Amino acid sequence: MADASSTQKVTIDGHEVMVPPGTTILDAAERVGVVLPRYCYHPGLSAPALCRMCLVEVEGAPKLLPSCVQQVQDDMVVHTTSADARKARRAVIEFLLVNHPLDCPICDAAGQCELQDYAFETGQLHTRVTDPKMVLGRDNVTPEIVYFGDRCILCTRCVRFMDEVAQEPVLQVVQRGHKGYIDTMTGDLFEHAFSMNIVDVCPVGALVNEDFLFKARAWDLDQAPSICPGCSQGCNISLGTKENQIRRAKPRPNMEVNSYWMCDEGRKTVVNWGSGDRLEVPMLKGDSLLPVDWQRALSALTEALRGEPGAARGVASAGASNEALYILRRLMEVAGFDGGYFAVPMAEEHVLAGFPKLALRSERVPNARGAELFGFERSDDPYAEVASHTGALFVLDDPLDGAPEGFGASAAIFVYLGTRLSPAARRADIVIPVTTFAEMEGTFTNFQGRVQRFAPALQPPGLARPLWMSGSATLERLGTGSAYRSAAETFAALAGDYEEFDGLTYESIGPGGSLIASARTQTARAG
Amino acid sequence: MAYPHSHPRETRILSEHFGEIEATTLDGWIERGGYKAVEKALGSMSREQVIEVVKESGLRGRGGAGFPTGLKWSFMPKDDTLPHYLVCNADESEPGTFKDREIMRWTPHQLLEGCIIGSYAIGASHCYIYIRGEFVDVIPVVNQAVVDAYSRGYLGRDILGSGYSLELTVHLGAGAYIAGEETGMLNSLEGRRAEPRIKPPFPAAKGAFGMPTTVNNVESLAVVPHIVTNGGDWYRQWGTEKSSGTKLFSCCGHLQKPGTYEIAMDFNLKDLLYDLCGGPPEGREFKAVIPGGSSVPILAADELDAECSYEGLEAAGSMVGSGGLIAMDDSTNMVHAVRRMVEFYAHESCGQCTQCREGTYWAAKILRRIERGGGREEDIPLLLDISANMAGKTICVLSDSAAAPIVSSIQKFQDDYMALIAKGQHAAVGT
Repeated sequence: MADASSTQKVTIDGHEVMVPPGTTILDAAERVGVVLPRYCYHPGLSAPALCRMCLVEVEGAPKLLPSCVQQVQDDMVVHTTSADARKARRAVIEFLLVNHPLDCPICDAAGQCELQDYAFETGQLHTRVTDPKMVLGRDNVTPEIVYFGDRCILCTRCVRFMDEVAQEPVLQVVQRGHKGYIDTMTGDLFEHAFSMNIVDVCPVGALVNEDFLFKARAWDLDQAPSICPGCSQGCNISLGTKENQIRRAKPRPNMEVNSYWMCDEGRKTVVNWGSGDRLEVPMLKGDSLLPVDWQRALSALTEALRGEPGAARGVASAGASNEALYILRRLMEVAGFDGGYFAVPMAEEHVLAGFPKLALRSERVPNARGAELFGFERSDDPYAEVASHTGALFVLDDPLDGAPEGFGASAAIFVYLGTRLSPAARRADIVIPVTTFAEMEGTFTNFQGRVQRFAPALQPPGLARPLWMSGSATLERLGTGSAYRSAAETFAALAGDYEEFDGLTYESIGPGGSLIASARTQTARAG
Repeated sequence: MAYPHSHPRETRILSEHFGEIEATTLDGWIERGGYKAVEKALGSMSREQVIEVVKESGLRGRGGAGFPTGLKWSFMPKDDTLPHYLVCNADESEPGTFKDREIMRWTPHQLLEGCIIGSYAIGASHCYIYIRGEFVDVIPVVNQAVVDAYSRGYLGRDILGSGYSLELTVHLGAGAYIAGEETGMLNSLEGRRAEPRIKPPFPAAKGAFGMPTTVNNVESLAVVPHIVTNGGDWYRQWGTEKSSGTKLFSCCGHLQKPGTYEIAMDFNLKDLLYDLCGGPPEGREFKAVIPGGSSVPILAADELDAECSYEGLEAAGSMVGSGGLIAMDDSTNMVHAVRRMVEFYAHESCGQCTQCREGTYWAAKILRRIERGGGREEDIPLLLDISANMAGKTICVLSDSAAAPIVSSIQKFQDDYMALIAKGQHAAVGT
């Protein structure tokens, strides 16, 4: 590509750009910051060039050309905002609205609707259509996805997603012309592990997720970039929150991990994550378990570790962040690390046929790889490994469901670091509330060994704080470290201590994530 | 008995044996000189020579676009590493057109000869005849002809000992107008929805089943044996420099003698209408004529003195198209006629492109409203603007076809529109 002969010069709205042969006008335009409106085109799908929204004027061409499929030629001069191109674009919007109900006030897509956006952009606030519109009604296409036929602009993105990416061609355009609508081949509902991507690709409000229907307006949602905790894949997602609750998760593109997609299971997992009764305050055991302030809690933890309680064993959740696991390891090392264990819930794997890099992995935790890197071992029964331990016992964010009777009773000191206070956790001597992934900044290490950052989306409940914060403050009190002021600082310390993370920083990880050392060499060897 | 309404002023090459039931049989066809062209082409001519003679003849595609047939064939890749296909477009569904039906009904072997020679010329191993499914009377005739041709060695392996082999399949359409568009046809042939494809790639590069393919109209192929037998110059004796040979015009509507007539391409449209077709019904006058199927612009009565060549009809403001002539006399209300056409296009739009899917529907709604007395003066510029927005912006030309009659009827018959609009407004105020 660096070879000058293999690049072609194209001028788009006066901006010259050199692109490799085979580049479409639409892609070339994006390189100079010109984003062409489009409906049927989606970067993760084939381009049928049927919405005709991205038509542009090319000097010397007899007609306007669809930029999504038209490849550039050397010395091509393109005008995206010529009078003809603008008129054609206005016309497409007007045509799309001929049979569109304009029910934006009750439409889930309002505020994130490409039809709405371009209708405003092309300045069409009044209609020339006075004749009655077609009415198609609505119907489910899956048990969880509703299709509003009237809003559909027949861009066929959903059909192509099922054909090309899911590779289960169950959707099609039924009927033809203005009577066309989207339905399954059989008319029955369909189910697919990745079906909800059809809602994401829908440029309008035709396909909506029942789980989100009428729950929130798009503009009321705050967005935070995050990583799906549903399995070890580590899909890049965006969390939509409102009133400090996760309302939905949408995939964020990352070609190395999840392309433009994510599975249905992940979305459902995320929405329910961290809801319900939460552990909100530190607690200490006196006569009974009583809430205390952070000073007393951290003092108690510091004292307990100073008191040489005996070597530490622990149970950790592989849903904890790298930073939390690192801090846990260091806390345990104060007493002497004698083994840490984690369980990995397993379930059926679902590979996305058209993008096999992506699967709903059978390991249904986000950070098993990370936990291993910090010396924790996977175990079928982590409780059994520590149940009769007599030294210090640590549990990090494991609900202890199914822990044996009297779990932790023999431990010299039982420290519970968690988000929920289960009956088994109530037996702890020191209870430290921690945050979920959605309530803090941090990183997970996915199955490939890719370290990926997530941002806080929610306010933590009550006094709950990330473990890197409370844990590093304790380490400072113990004189074995300094209190970190941020997750990034914690990560810097972690990267200094563990070779696999050597050279990585929050900045260098960036939005796409970075591979740990051994995964990098593996990739290099494979390459 | 002669074919209905044959006329001495016709030039009957393709239609010479129309009306002769014996010509439909293989023996009857051989008695009439049939399959001589196949023997000549496969026995003594190279592929290039066949393409060359068709190029020399100046034959242009008879399906509607008028693209030179020989040139089209020459676009096929020369190497045979991939299988090549010839697809004969027999999905004749352009309103007003029924000339291919006559060729297949009366002279199926004439078409088969053309298919064999055409396939040979482009190096095709398989030929498909995609017949309109509604042609229930034609399909068995063609099927029988194919069976007979196989049995006599004109199809199958090593045809007539030439070393050339060809399989031929008759495929039935399922009732979509758009399956007559060549790439829509290829999709339909492959078992997909008949939705036109984006070009490029053109069928010659990537056609049926992704392989190099040529799609030719029935009439274009049927005339090829005559050109092979008699030579390109022979064919050029008729017509004009740019429009050589003869063309079938299927004439319908308000005519004394509707039917399929074969005329040299320099024939005058007025003569075709008044002489061959016998003019309008008694006591009536022509009001409008669509010379080439409903997709071409409408000609007004004072525009009929035109040559029936590609360039002649274009100069008159219309097109040869498929040669489906629709005559309308002065009893016709043009708004009604155009509304009927636009509703047809709305019904037949495949619905891929926005302009076509919504534009045909919207325009039909407006036309129907005008017809019912709900018209407004601003509907006229609105219809023209919708038409302008529909034309030249879509994957195929169905959208343009729907816009053409709207525009030409408003240009030429605005009085019909204004009368209906005025009448409606009077009705609205109770006068």
